[in-house]
Amino acid sequence: MYIIVVGAGKVGWNLARELLEKDHEVTLIEANRRRYLTVEQELEHNVLYGDASELWVLERAGIERADMVIAVTGDDEDNMLICQVAKDKYEVAQIIARVNNPRNRPHFDLLGIKPSVSATDLILRLLEHEVPEYGLVHLLDLQEEQLEIIEMLLGKDSRVTGERVGDLSMPEGSLLISVLREGKGFVPGPDTVLQAGDEVLAVLDPGREDDLKELFGPASGGNGAG
Amino acid sequence: MFILIVGCGRVGSSVARSMLREGHEVSCLDEDPESHTRLEVGLDRGWEDLGGRFTVGTGLETDALVAAGIEKADAFIASTNGDNTNIVISQIAQRRYEVPTVIARILDPLRAEWYRQQGLHTICPTRVAIDMLESAVREGAQREAV
Repeated sequence: MYIIVVGAGKVGWNLARELLEKDHEVTLIEANRRRYLTVEQELEHNVLYGDASELWVLERAGIERADMVIAVTGDDEDNMLICQVAKDKYEVAQIIARVNNPRNRPHFDLLGIKPSVSATDLILRLLEHEVPEYGLVHLLDLQEEQLEIIEMLLGKDSRVTGERVGDLSMPEGSLLISVLREGKGFVPGPDTVLQAGDEVLAVLDPGREDDLKELFGPASGGNGAG
Repeated sequence: MFILIVGCGRVGSSVARSMLREGHEVSCLDEDPESHTRLEVGLDRGWEDLGGRFTVGTGLETDALVAAGIEKADAFIASTNGDNTNIVISQIAQRRYEVPTVIARILDPLRAEWYRQQGLHTICPTRVAIDMLESAVREGAQREAV
């Protein structure tokens, strides 16, 4: 694959190196002259000096034949613009944008820039994962399929502990796909009886989270997912 | 008309003053509190005394846009010193807040042209300067020939 990476900061540099090792053709574009010279010592002709928000710089990098453009500069507006022109003007099949400030994510969505990756968001999600008081943990968005996968830890006071899976009134548009119990994961059948401490994974239509929280949550008030 | 101007530099502040003088409601948004001083250059009274509004913040902050009145804006002018910022925030004004008139100042002629084709109203000062310079040179050459 031919991949253009924009921004030779730590993320861009490491990414370019890994992609090269996986035998992809890579051009890394960097606008800061000093940074460019540093990175060029290692990556040589795979680095291009220039401001990738200038269309002619993208063209010089061969964007017309690029299979993928990854914008990982430290500036969200630059990442948005580069991905927007890559996708809409040069019809690059796949784009990936880095979100520096998670509050800007709605803007990426508004401009149709998907997927966008935010390290801050990822760390926050990991944190939620480690701190079960948060209840329901959002694991994955399947954007094409318009589905999401969530995880819940069942507390002692959960409404469904001791229930057979077959007896659960799962909300429409949701499906229980696995149970992790004492370090072992399995696909539950109708006769599986849920226990406190089970970590359950469910796939669901977006917007169904609250229904599921309600079903799997504590029998009376409070936040019992912990 | 209610006009929201994001980026209160030389261009933004001049347009703001003219529009206010013409009787429009004008709200300015700039990340630099000091740019308020620039707004008042040549005015005999304070910006707010004359009915103007000023908010500190950036055009990417939804809260700042709302505080500056984007929800009731009839016109939105993006005149920060960053082309990409102007391109992004004018699309936010257009698509998210459905402001009827959105104008973006874009210095780079290539980006200005492409986004113009995409339906954005762009003003490219560089393009204007290029055209003026070219015609001035041509006129000079013609005089020379005569």
